[in-house]
Amino acid sequence: MGGTVSRINRDATAKSQRGTEESPLVKWLLIGVCGLFLAVFLLLPLVNVFVQSLAKGWQVYWASLHEPDSVSAIKLTLLVAAIVVPLNTLFGVCAAWAIAKFEFRGKSLLITLIDLPFAVSPVVAGLIYVIMFGLQGYLGPWLDSHNIRIILAVPGIVLATIFVTFPFVARELIPVMQATGREQEEAALTLGAGAWKTFWHVTLPSVKWGLLYGIILCNARAMGEFGAVSVVSGHISGVTNTMPLHVEKLYNEYQGPAAFAVASLLALLALFTLGLKTLLEWKQRRDYALAQQTTIVEPAQTV
Amino acid sequence: MAAKRFNPLPGFGLTMGYTIFYLSVIVLIPIGGLFLRVLDLSWADFWRLATTDRALAAYKLTFGASLIGALINAVFGTIAAWVLVRYEFPGKRLFDALVDFPFALPTAVAGLTLSNMFAANGWLGQFLVPMGIKGAFTPLGVVIALTFIGLPFVVRTLQPVLESFETEVEEAAATLGASRLRTFFSIVAPTLLPAIITGFALAFARAIGEYGSVIFIAGNKPYESEIAPLLIVIRLEEYDYTGAMALAVVLLVVSFVLLITINLLERWASRYQT
Repeated sequence: MGGTVSRINRDATAKSQRGTEESPLVKWLLIGVCGLFLAVFLLLPLVNVFVQSLAKGWQVYWASLHEPDSVSAIKLTLLVAAIVVPLNTLFGVCAAWAIAKFEFRGKSLLITLIDLPFAVSPVVAGLIYVIMFGLQGYLGPWLDSHNIRIILAVPGIVLATIFVTFPFVARELIPVMQATGREQEEAALTLGAGAWKTFWHVTLPSVKWGLLYGIILCNARAMGEFGAVSVVSGHISGVTNTMPLHVEKLYNEYQGPAAFAVASLLALLALFTLGLKTLLEWKQRRDYALAQQTTIVEPAQTV
Repeated sequence: MAAKRFNPLPGFGLTMGYTIFYLSVIVLIPIGGLFLRVLDLSWADFWRLATTDRALAAYKLTFGASLIGALINAVFGTIAAWVLVRYEFPGKRLFDALVDFPFALPTAVAGLTLSNMFAANGWLGQFLVPMGIKGAFTPLGVVIALTFIGLPFVVRTLQPVLESFETEVEEAAATLGASRLRTFFSIVAPTLLPAIITGFALAFARAIGEYGSVIFIAGNKPYESEIAPLLIVIRLEEYDYTGAMALAVVLLVVSFVLLITINLLERWASRYQT
């Protein structure tokens, strides 16, 4: 008797699981397909960068990074990022404040326009600045007569990089600022805090993880941009070659290990960005959970 | 409430003014400048420059390879999102974090390592090339690079939708006697479809403009493995500014249309989600 009942029960549970879950065969088949796809397209290319960069040993690796052209490429990339990231961060904060905290007509159009640089090909991004500032361009003759160089020089690289990383901070910040609402800021202002004080002590702390996430994404793209920078730079070794351009130059000169050595630094930057992103997401989730806990606890304490 | 609520927050004029100023200087005026220059051309001249045989071959490769790459991502990205949300298995968190890798990796590095992997003596090429599958320096290489850079879009668009999907609906379908396959196709798939299409469109739009990763792996032979953005660069290097601008306008118009389509798709997808 008991045996029959338990067998029926087991059948029932087995069946109900089949309702919302695939059979183990299908499940592991799907996991296999997913694993193979991600391994071929993500894991192998990543591991390959480091293996190839060390193929000729540590000494060659070190030497190719210490070569003067590599050093100046690394310096230029750091310089460009140091100019671009603060400028786009300032813009991102302004845009997010105006869009998230106020109502106005044409808001969705403005958001679409801010997203526009993501849709434009990097090559076209470079080209529009050549047409603005190049010798054949609108301002070219005037700039030339005043001895100002933008295209085939560092200012052009900075402009092109600003364009391609334009939306990152604003895009990450707008939803976060919208989610926090404006009651807290209104409360702070009512209690007599000034505009700056409210921003620094109320707004900024509540959006800090989103802001930081936008900044690291902007930085990763700024250091890694290739197409737009390639169009405006002129590829002058030691002067206007950024790290990604230097990788291409070494590759075209059949210096595989050296190209991979410089590339490995950029791959490390990508890994660092991903690690920081995972950490920030974890922090954000923890902050959110903590905030929910305190809102539940507080009424209980007052009772 | 019809009347606008009084908003006491400060700084609207300043932040809005700066936003419009910066947007205009960096994005709108330079793009407008390109269109203004092209308006100097007669329609016949523009058409001739934008549709040379070489340009047509480049469009065909760019759009074709982008389409194939985005389709590959739609299929495998859906499987990956499903597996990463629904199942537990060793290495899951590593794979989940790695999905964003193509966003973070500079495109030049992606092109470098992919072309090395698929070359005749590379990790995958040593098996694939003897089988006749040449991934490096062929149009197939373009597809490989564009698949790589579009990979995160479908997965990341689909994951939140799958996470918020109520399994109760599937249970109900199962209780009513539907097989797992039937439940998937008549209950789950219709809900996921808007997100899959949005992810597909995002990957496609990204692939059309891609330059860095492709030029390392494609071989870049005119009429055969030359993408449209590369042809713009070549025209510029020949100091053929009008030729470059005509091609750029074609790409820009396609990008604008895709951007609007994606906005509409996202609106459609978010209506399904709630």
